[in-house]
Amino acid sequence: MYDFPEIWRLELGVYIDIFIDWLKTNYGTFFDVINDVILWSMVYVEKFLQWLPWWFVVAIVFILGWRLKNLFSGLVFALLIFIVGTFGLWDLMMSTLTIVLASVIISLLIGIPIGIFMTNSSHLDAIIKPILDGMQTMPSFVYLIPAVILFALGKVPAVFATTIYALPPVIRLTNLGIRQVPKEMVEAAESFGSSRWQLLTKVQLPQALPTIMAGINQTTMMALAMVVISSMIGAKGLGMEVLIAINRLDIARGFESGLSIVFLAIIIDRISQYIANRFETS
Amino acid sequence: MTVKVKVEHVTKIFGPYPKAILEKVKSGGSKNEILAHTGHTIGVYDASFEVHAGETFVIMGLSGSGKSTLIRCLNLLNRPTDGNIYIDDENIVNYTKKELLALRKKKLAMVFQHFGLLPHRNVLRNVEYGLEVRGISKEERTKTAKTVLAGVGLEGWEDKKISELSGGMQQRVGLARALANDPDILLMDEPFSALDPLIRREMQYELLDIQAKLKKTIIFITHDVNEAFKIGDRVAVMKDGKIEQIGTPKELITNPQTQYIEEFIKDIDRSKVMQARNVMFKTSALVYLKDGPRVALKAMESNGISSVFVVSSERKLKGIVTIEDTIRAIKEDQPLEDILKNDFYTTGPDTYIQELIPMATDTKYPIAVTDENDKLLGIIVRVSVLSGLV
Ligand SMILES: Nc1ncnc2c1ncn2[C@@H]1O[C@H](COP(=O)(O)OP(=O)(O)O)[C@@H](O)[C@H]1O
Ligand SMILES: [Mg+2]
Repeated sequence: MYDFPEIWRLELGVYIDIFIDWLKTNYGTFFDVINDVILWSMVYVEKFLQWLPWWFVVAIVFILGWRLKNLFSGLVFALLIFIVGTFGLWDLMMSTLTIVLASVIISLLIGIPIGIFMTNSSHLDAIIKPILDGMQTMPSFVYLIPAVILFALGKVPAVFATTIYALPPVIRLTNLGIRQVPKEMVEAAESFGSSRWQLLTKVQLPQALPTIMAGINQTTMMALAMVVISSMIGAKGLGMEVLIAINRLDIARGFESGLSIVFLAIIIDRISQYIANRFETS
Repeated sequence: MTVKVKVEHVTKIFGPYPKAILEKVKSGGSKNEILAHTGHTIGVYDASFEVHAGETFVIMGLSGSGKSTLIRCLNLLNRPTDGNIYIDDENIVNYTKKELLALRKKKLAMVFQHFGLLPHRNVLRNVEYGLEVRGISKEERTKTAKTVLAGVGLEGWEDKKISELSGGMQQRVGLARALANDPDILLMDEPFSALDPLIRREMQYELLDIQAKLKKTIIFITHDVNEAFKIGDRVAVMKDGKIEQIGTPKELITNPQTQYIEEFIKDIDRSKVMQARNVMFKTSALVYLKDGPRVALKAMESNGISSVFVVSSERKLKGIVTIEDTIRAIKEDQPLEDILKNDFYTTGPDTYIQELIPMATDTKYPIAVTDENDKLLGIIVRVSVLSGLV
């Protein structure tokens, strides 16, 4: 009487399963190509990052912190990343960084153009805004499902899930940044006969840059958060260390890898924010 | 005079269905009602005027009267809902995108109230903008931009950031940017309204200077009647989206056709606008040299005046005679030549009343207005200068 009637079982999952099967048989090559391209480029990026001498990376982080902010920041950042090395997690950190990097780059390649197109059409704006809202309210775990369905396990579905999760801020803030350009400035450019492209590249994008940079910062931070979660679908990296530690109740291992993620987040956040601020003031 | 810009029955309605609203307004529906019910705004209604090549045409009106809407129709930043706009006899309202870009690049340039400069570029690169859009080489556009900047008094400021400049200087950059394109037509939407009064005056004079040299066709917008009358060859007065009257400053002052315009010109300092020709009498009270003192006396008696100008048979001004001297001359049988006086002031017809004030306070005779051949055109009585009741 109180239980939900079992006969009202809607087998939606079965249909989705059929749909995905259909997708794979008909567009399988398409997903394979995407898979291969992403995987191939990631392997090289990862190899490159792991090939970099550790002291070189520490030095770069130090110099960025120092030049962009001050000597103290540089020293702190260098120390933090050095500590990650002392935990024995250097290579895993680079794996995590690779996925973050790939996801952010893909997010920007997709997100910035979408943000720009949204400023041209109020219809598009009205369609995409609620989708973005939806994307941001959805728990991040949910993105793992389509990722696994389309790309099985490993790095590529991790990048896929991370990209989708990290996409909204850069779209939003590109759109906002361009809409915020003072009307008179746009009109002045138009009154001199600027084409749409000239208006965009000579006026709107340069003016919106500080806002877009803020969006890139947010996207990067979201990517980092998602990368940790996507360890669940087999992305090697710091997140996976945490996952293993939880499963084995290995406090030492969990603490070290957890702390490493925090350090990495601090460094990436601060440095990308400093870069964004640079654009603001110039 | 060649007509450079011709605006014919231009209407601009803002809102989702401007054409449909236009039909209703045209077929005589109550405008305010239609607008209130449909959420449309009439920016400009049925505006027509012509601007001649080399003329400075001012559009004046209170805030919200549709000035910006109208001027922005001229470079199609606003597409008119109805009507035609001819530039050099070509109707631009149906221009394709390509034709429009070409028009904006070649013929028109605009100066904005809040300057509309690009803060991420330095002064020089701002001035280069129009040239850059036209695809002119870096070398050439730098050269042009530098020349134009020097022309507006900003030599040596090329590398400065926009934010380092005062408002007046920023608008000089805005003006330079427009002039760098060497447009035929300069559209200026309240270019000086955001500036301090002193700077504004300076800029007004500078614009007059530049215009004297370059002879562009200028369409200039202002809400300040003094500015309008100082700068404009002709002025159109707008109210609620409609043009109320078009005329020279003097025509508007001497013959305002509506209450609204009368209100407007209350603010004006007339002595700076009115010229001798506007206040002189083409008097019948003058005497020819050959007529003799008796005729002179009669002319004074019948006009109730105590002195009269004497002219030659070609109407050349010879002098003035007073009533005392004339009576004495009749008694002593002297000719007019012997009693002619020359201690009065003479002026040309284009002199501003402002400059006549010191003369008027210094003389007991009227001021004679003569042309370049010394012909007497009329006289100005002192009271009309001094009382300001011109
Ligand atoms: N883009 C627009 N959308 C809707 N209404 C507008 C728009 N631009 C101007 N208007 C309206 O048109 C009228 C005239 O405005 P405007 O031409 O800017 O006046 P002015 O420049 O004389 O101050 C105002 O009522 C204004 O609200
Ligand atoms: Mg305006």
